Amino acid sequence: MSRTLQAPVTVAFDYTRSTGPVIGRFLTGLRDTTIVGGRLGDGRVAVPPPEYDPVTHQAVTEFVELPDTGTVTSWTWVSEPVAGQPFERPFAYALITIDGADTPWLHAVDVASPDDIETGMRVRARWAEERTGSVNDLVFEADGGDQPGTPAPAGGEDVSRIVTPVSLDYHYAASPEESSFFRGLAEGKILGQRCPKCQKVYVPPRGACPTDGVPTAEEIELSHVGTVTTFCVVNVPFLGQKIKPPYVSAYVLLDGADIALQHLILDIPADEVRMGMRVEAVWKPRDEWGTSIENISHFAPTGEPDADFDSYKHHL
Amino acid sequence: MSKVPAAVIGIGQTHHRAKREDVSMAGLCREAMDRALEDAGLTLDEVDAIVIGKAPDLFEGVMMPELYLAEALGAAGKPLLRVHTAGSVGGSTAIVASSLVQAGVHKKVLTVAFEKQSESNAMWALSVPIPFVMPVHAGAGGYFAPHVRSYIRRANAPSHIGAIVAAKDRNNALKNPYAHLHNEGTTVESVLASQMLWDPIHYDETCPSSDGACAMVIAAEDVAKTYEAPAWIHGTVMRSEPTSAAERDQVNPQAGRDAAAALWKATGITDPAREIDCAEIYVPFAWFEPMWLENLGFAPEGEGWKLTEAGETAIGGSLPVNMSGGVLSSNPIGASGMLRFAEAALQVRGRAGEHQVDGARRALGHAYGGGSQFFSMWVVGSQPPSN
Repeated sequence: MSRTLQAPVTVAFDYTRSTGPVIGRFLTGLRDTTIVGGRLGDGRVAVPPPEYDPVTHQAVTEFVELPDTGTVTSWTWVSEPVAGQPFERPFAYALITIDGADTPWLHAVDVASPDDIETGMRVRARWAEERTGSVNDLVFEADGGDQPGTPAPAGGEDVSRIVTPVSLDYHYAASPEESSFFRGLAEGKILGQRCPKCQKVYVPPRGACPTDGVPTAEEIELSHVGTVTTFCVVNVPFLGQKIKPPYVSAYVLLDGADIALQHLILDIPADEVRMGMRVEAVWKPRDEWGTSIENISHFAPTGEPDADFDSYKHHL
Repeated sequence: MSKVPAAVIGIGQTHHRAKREDVSMAGLCREAMDRALEDAGLTLDEVDAIVIGKAPDLFEGVMMPELYLAEALGAAGKPLLRVHTAGSVGGSTAIVASSLVQAGVHKKVLTVAFEKQSESNAMWALSVPIPFVMPVHAGAGGYFAPHVRSYIRRANAPSHIGAIVAAKDRNNALKNPYAHLHNEGTTVESVLASQMLWDPIHYDETCPSSDGACAMVIAAEDVAKTYEAPAWIHGTVMRSEPTSAAERDQVNPQAGRDAAAALWKATGITDPAREIDCAEIYVPFAWFEPMWLENLGFAPEGEGWKLTEAGETAIGGSLPVNMSGGVLSSNPIGASGMLRFAEAALQVRGRAGEHQVDGARRALGHAYGGGSQFFSMWVVGSQPPSN
């Protein structure tokens, strides 16, 4: 058995970018099948136009419409394309200096093999039929001298905002100490560990005690009963929320532990939850258990008298 | 070797808004930077180094934005540093910039901090579920609300103190043309009548989501003394602590207390409530005003709310707090800490406009971040430091 429990995580969000006037002008050009460069203070033309002149630091405000042809100044072969790249088949990424520009632009060239591309090669844009104002509105191909039809400009309002979906997949690994806690939950136990130096009982246990920097070690099976130290009532819905509001998110200090766990309080109206309230873990049916704190559905009042404030005030 | 005295000689900020869709991140930064440079009468070529800060990358989904921003920020050929300390980053970024001057490494350092919250969703970014762990997290408000409840209980504070803070800061913001929220007619009653979002925190007791940036030029003594009204840096402090530890005090964190004690010692201040003329304190949720008043040593533990209730933290009180409207009125997260530092500097330069505190000579700028685990603060004064 692995020392650490692992689980896949995907963090994904569609970010909305404000382009600003310069990148907006460039992307508007691409949507309208025009490559737009920016004139720099020293007279050079840069594609894409930088927002600020690298020498004078002034905002770039003069734009130059350029042809959609250019020259490969360097290139590399992408033999195994990955998701999100311009082609699903092997292709070249090249630095292309657009005719009339002085700086190269990194873009994709549609050639069948690395034998079909070389530095100095002439290339021409191949525009997508449906364009949105994105670098993916075109790819480059060898300029055969013929004049392929260019799709009509799309027109419309200038591009000022683009959406950039970002997605990150990774494997989350709990520490060995946390993993023993999660495995304990799969057996219906709440396992803490004591720090060998400060003697505090941590639940979940820690790979490094925050005070002493050493792993917690001695295993301690904790009570399923504890005290609500403090809490809030979450009334606000938000993107990605797993629990339907309103709900009570509480710190529960289990008897015998020196740090509170965060969990849900149910089986009592939210406005009757109190600091000091005694609660116990309510477990889901055993056949729904995994290696997760979610084996505990929630905490519910025990009906005991509330704990004295002095008994938990140093946990606030 | 003693420190080189340093001062703020230029300050700039954007108009903070929910959405600044007219500018990119680079454009947002440059708006603040160009104003700070104009204020200092300098060009980008005349500064020696650039120090940038912003909140965690997930907030905008650009990994290490300083890489792509370098050219737009005019950093080509200069040192460019990025500072990361979560919500306190604007403060710690300013401190890193001032340290480079105080250490004698550079004469003129430009520092900038920004956030473009409209490109993302900070609530989502702060609540990404972690495997095996109970998904009860609900953004920053969900994190801090239980600790606010703890404060109310520990200090035995009346339940309307947060609303007093919110009404004060929103009214202060009406005097600040750069503030995001200009909510006319905010009263204690209207705050208490707003929706309860994270009980005990009402909607009007929370900060907005803003796009904005702030920048400052910090210069060494020989440069600064040629300026008419520099804001002299009297002391800077940063302290950190773990997010969670057994018996950690989440209401009155040790790192904040230690930082404040070190700051008062470094600046020769023995009675901060009397010797500090005004303070810009990082208050994203209204109740943090009394909490931090205690943490900073302006009031004994459990009594911060009494200063607030008595009106002492309003402009005209004995210790005006968040004259600019504070984080409660403008919250471009990465810039929010630097805005506190810059507003403190504006006050001692006598350039805070309608929200100027008369005769402000010494002011505190303060920021905190993470789960109340990073603290950064400085004291600036109208006169050079005597220590």
